[in-house]
Amino acid sequence: MTKSKERIEQSFFSKYSSQIGLIIMVSLVVLFFIITSPNVFLKSSIYFSFLASVPTIGLMALGLTFILGMGEIDLSFPSVMALSGFLFATVFSATGSFWLALLACIGSGILVGMTNGLIIAKIGVPSIVVTLGMQFLIRGFSNLISNGTAIIVPLRGTLSQQILVGKIGSIPMQSLWFAGTTIFLYFFLFRHKFGEHVLFVGDNQESARMMGVNVDWIKIGAFSLMGAMAAFAGIFDLYRMGTWWPTMGDGYIMMIMAAVFVGGTSMFGGEATIFGTFLGSFMIGALEAGIVAAGLKGFWTRFIIGVLIIIAVIIHTLIRKRK
Amino acid sequence: MSEYIVEMKNIHKSFGGVKALRGIDFNVGKNDVVGVLGDNGAGKSTLIKIISGVHTFDEGEMYIKGKKINPNNHCVKMAHKMGIETVYQEKALAEKQQLWRNIFLGRQITNKLGFIKVKEEIKETNKIMREMMRFRGIGAGAESYIRTLSGGERQGVAISRAMYFDSDLVILDEPTMALSIQEVKKVLNFIRTVKEHGKSCVYISHNIANVYPVSDRFVVIDRGEVVCEYKREEISLEELNEELIRYTKSKIQ
Repeated sequence: MTKSKERIEQSFFSKYSSQIGLIIMVSLVVLFFIITSPNVFLKSSIYFSFLASVPTIGLMALGLTFILGMGEIDLSFPSVMALSGFLFATVFSATGSFWLALLACIGSGILVGMTNGLIIAKIGVPSIVVTLGMQFLIRGFSNLISNGTAIIVPLRGTLSQQILVGKIGSIPMQSLWFAGTTIFLYFFLFRHKFGEHVLFVGDNQESARMMGVNVDWIKIGAFSLMGAMAAFAGIFDLYRMGTWWPTMGDGYIMMIMAAVFVGGTSMFGGEATIFGTFLGSFMIGALEAGIVAAGLKGFWTRFIIGVLIIIAVIIHTLIRKRK
Repeated sequence: MSEYIVEMKNIHKSFGGVKALRGIDFNVGKNDVVGVLGDNGAGKSTLIKIISGVHTFDEGEMYIKGKKINPNNHCVKMAHKMGIETVYQEKALAEKQQLWRNIFLGRQITNKLGFIKVKEEIKETNKIMREMMRFRGIGAGAESYIRTLSGGERQGVAISRAMYFDSDLVILDEPTMALSIQEVKKVLNFIRTVKEHGKSCVYISHNIANVYPVSDRFVVIDRGEVVCEYKREEISLEELNEELIRYTKSKIQ
């Protein structure tokens, strides 16, 4: 009876142990940086600069959280970011219309994601293989249509720039967009039919199908969402730099996967954490800048990120086993 | 309205080159408890999956409550709408999800935008657990994760879900497999409750000794065909056992 009581009345700590563990980890990292380079990390400017740079990683990490929660993987999104960014840049340069450019950008992201989803769901090719192919295909395609040259986009001084990457006081607008998207996607994953179906598909595809979930459509939908998020993230980088460049998105993939895993989403599907991904994005995004600011050589970055990922994943797995 | 809930005539189904069903005739009447018996690979699962909308059929005719079913349109959702609920042995629930989510999956209580009314679903789940599963005091709550439940508790959840949605026909796939004696009793009581409520039940089983007392009829399937049918009054448990062994033997030879 005592054992069964424990099952109902989980203490606050055990219910939120993953989240608490993550917050402690983030605090330790920040504390480490404050100790090693107080002159940088005791000033607010470094934190505002994180708020400007992390949303790009974070938006894609949120999309990937859905994919991993579904038990699948996407490797194509950095290329999607480049293709969609190119379309935004070209359409905006040609027409000057923000809305047309946005439509082309997000639309192309959804289209690529939908293609991924269709091949995965309808033909049955594993997602890692399809999206690996798509990563090359889309990167190649955007190189072909852009002729491999960068495009300078006249975004400076536009209203859309103010709204997307401007500042309120010293808070960068993109961090508000990121926070808003996080909240929306939290509810979308845990409080919406679609999100619930995503997690059931990740948990047990067969049982989901037998309970009447249209598994194919859920897969197509989730990959489309991932594509849209990659396109959305691309817009922020585009506005920050004022330039589209052909290798846009390169180098993001490992960071973003790291952010999601550090956050506590597992690879096995059926479980995911939006809050974890949110914190994980800040942790991964802050590390690189932090390590350099701490006066360590850039070589240390990868080493330390690696150590943190492994520690974080071990902690999450142990917590999950105990539950 | 027809006298049958499900009426199947000459149903054929192949998977690739393998013929799973070769012209099955199968009926479920009103307030009828039917046991489908047969060896592994006889086509029992395929049969119930066609009724519940998981698989389509290639040839033949199927009527549900007198309405002709178009195999291209039949699906799980449709079967649910027509009052057919299925409980699958192992695939019934998703382990990493909470109990209340498992109860309402596919039939969530939502607002117009598709957002789930969580409080309402949890409240209803608690009600189901009190009234149908009699889960009081065993430690599971609406917010428990399925992986923390025992086999019998899981079966109870799956069956209660089927009952809650007010079905006319409950299909059970190996309802007593991997359950303890006490848990088997619960499942049998459930089948009796289904019968008392004037509803119908179809189950698949290997262990006929368990389910013999609660059944009205038995249908024996072998290699995709119905080989014999009995009413319970016509055959004793021993005789039914003999019959089954006879068919299994003939298959080996």
